[in-house]
Amino acid sequence: MEKVDLIRARAVPLRADNVDTDQIIPARYLTAITTDGMGDGLFASWRYLDTGEPNPEFVLNNPEYKGAEILVAGANFGSGSSREHAVWALVQYGFKCVLAPSFGDIFYNNSLKNGFLPVVLPKEAIDALWEVLEDDPETQLWVDLRTQNVRMPDQQSLRFEIDPFRRDCLLQGLDDLGFLLAKEDQIVAFEAGRAQPAAA
Amino acid sequence: MGKTLFDKVWDRHVVSSEAGEPTVIYIDAHLIHEVTSPQAFAELRGRGLRVRRPEQTFATMDHAIPTRDIPLWPDDAQAQVGALRDNCGQFGITLWDIKGEVQGIVHVVAPEMGVTQPGMTIVCGDSHTSTHGAFGALAFGIGTSEVAHVLASQCLMQEKPKTFAINVEGRLAPGVTAKDIILSIIAKNGASGGVGHVFEYRGSTIRNLSMANRMTICNMSIEGGARAGMIAPDITTYEYMYGRPYAPTGKAWNDAVIEWSALATDDDAVFDRSLDIDAGALEPMVTYGTNPGMGVPVTGAVPQGADLEDEQQRRDLEAALDYMGLVQGQPMQGQHVDIVFIGSCTNSRLEDLREAAAIVKGRRVADHVEALVVPGSKAVKAAAEEEGLDRVFAEAGFQWRGAGCSMCLAMNDDKAGTGKYVASTSNRNFRGRQGPGSRSLLMSPIMAAAAAVEGQVVDVRGMLR
Ligand code: SF4
Repeated sequence: MEKVDLIRARAVPLRADNVDTDQIIPARYLTAITTDGMGDGLFASWRYLDTGEPNPEFVLNNPEYKGAEILVAGANFGSGSSREHAVWALVQYGFKCVLAPSFGDIFYNNSLKNGFLPVVLPKEAIDALWEVLEDDPETQLWVDLRTQNVRMPDQQSLRFEIDPFRRDCLLQGLDDLGFLLAKEDQIVAFEAGRAQPAAA
Repeated sequence: MGKTLFDKVWDRHVVSSEAGEPTVIYIDAHLIHEVTSPQAFAELRGRGLRVRRPEQTFATMDHAIPTRDIPLWPDDAQAQVGALRDNCGQFGITLWDIKGEVQGIVHVVAPEMGVTQPGMTIVCGDSHTSTHGAFGALAFGIGTSEVAHVLASQCLMQEKPKTFAINVEGRLAPGVTAKDIILSIIAKNGASGGVGHVFEYRGSTIRNLSMANRMTICNMSIEGGARAGMIAPDITTYEYMYGRPYAPTGKAWNDAVIEWSALATDDDAVFDRSLDIDAGALEPMVTYGTNPGMGVPVTGAVPQGADLEDEQQRRDLEAALDYMGLVQGQPMQGQHVDIVFIGSCTNSRLEDLREAAAIVKGRRVADHVEALVVPGSKAVKAAAEEEGLDRVFAEAGFQWRGAGCSMCLAMNDDKAGTGKYVASTSNRNFRGRQGPGSRSLLMSPIMAAAAAVEGQVVDVRGMLR
């Protein structure tokens, strides 16, 4: 997993609440048996017209936002399905971070496991960011995981919360499986302590 | 202070909880399917790991498979099914293969087989794993990275969720079903109202529901934002489970029932949040928008944006209606329907099909409507055929399909066309969920059956006999 510390980049305003995982990547892109090629399916229903051409109305297709690495979205982003493909698609497209007032639980978890930073900011801050980013797509945002701050365009800093353990894993690029495997002794003790394996 | 059902199950599964670290919990049963597991097995292979407890892992094929007899196997679906066969074979995992007698939607099959049991922790790379909470299990969906974690360690790192009591009291009126209860809860509490919480459905209405109906409700917990939904096990649970292949037998059964009966929430337990629902006041529900919280009673109308306080909610309503081709203030009754889909892990069990069949019996599907019934499992299909339900549906003009997810997520060839209105018994009305450009109207099986006959949204209560 890639380390995350300071993300300094331009950002895309995605003005919608409840952007579900079917919007982030539709089911027809889930047929792969590897994690490759997901970037093409990102927001497919919004990004492409029925003809397969890019939809000029969709914000990601606006050339002014090209190269942006931060997504600024509405409440309950990533609700719905457990498909980790949604996170893979965002990462492969080039996003490193998403700011939103709240997230779907499973999506939030999946993000952390892929070095993709989900940041919870108050709704008012998101509203303000949308305005600024729509006015000036060149605006740079700083998302600093080390200090847990987002530097807003007006130079104010907004602190965000993240579980300290999660933060360390991201800063160091550690993945969870190693952590779990290191618990082997406790897992063995737990299994031994049960009268019988419940599913046997 | 007493403990909730959730607390009891959680506490029994804590493997480690050290300061500064996430809690590690043990997983009793791990369910897998063809779409979200291949990358997890690849991860295991890449690291040279084994599956720690293959006997606690169960696989089936449901999402990508065709549900018609004619072989409509796209290459990628074949590749996923092939990968699942290889992975299960290599790691010694029980596979309910489409070639065998046991197969179907993972959340229908596992309870049928008795794998789902009270007090267990159950996970699957699928958000509707919340279904299994109907048995008093703590069951939730996980991502593919976590599928790899559970395969390798039989454990998960979890932040402890909060608890949320949903108290449902009173008697349901005829024509009002479990689906209407859960759609009402989500309409009231919002699609994100449960984020960070585990729902416990409680009260006399819930206690009087069958297991199929309880599963319908728990299934959609995730649509209300909750991580999981649970219902305390009781005699209804035990009657359903008794004699199923993986259920305990003999003395072990008796011991288990005693243990399970102690799981119910203590009288003095306190929930973090709660919501009260008057079941007697509920009506059949139907959704008008693009998330399951956008639902109203069938006698109602699409809301007016002017009634909403929040600017973003107004924009979302407008965007949803624009997609749906509906207008503010429009009555729900009379809304045109092109396709009727009776199926999915929400509503594809024998009881659902029976109730829908009772509505369509002796009636005809409207000429312009394409209607399909997709049983949740091969066992449901066989039992329905035994009762002659397949003939009732076929005579009315429904297609009778094989078991699978089908048009619930449109990964196979069952796709609603662009702009088509689907009266659907599934759980998600997201944009394009049932095929690119499709427009879903979520409702109960009897409401969907009524819509098929009339070719439009109608109040099924006028058709009860
Ligand atoms: S029936 Fe639908 S919701 Fe249920 S597991 Fe299949 S795709 Fe998911």
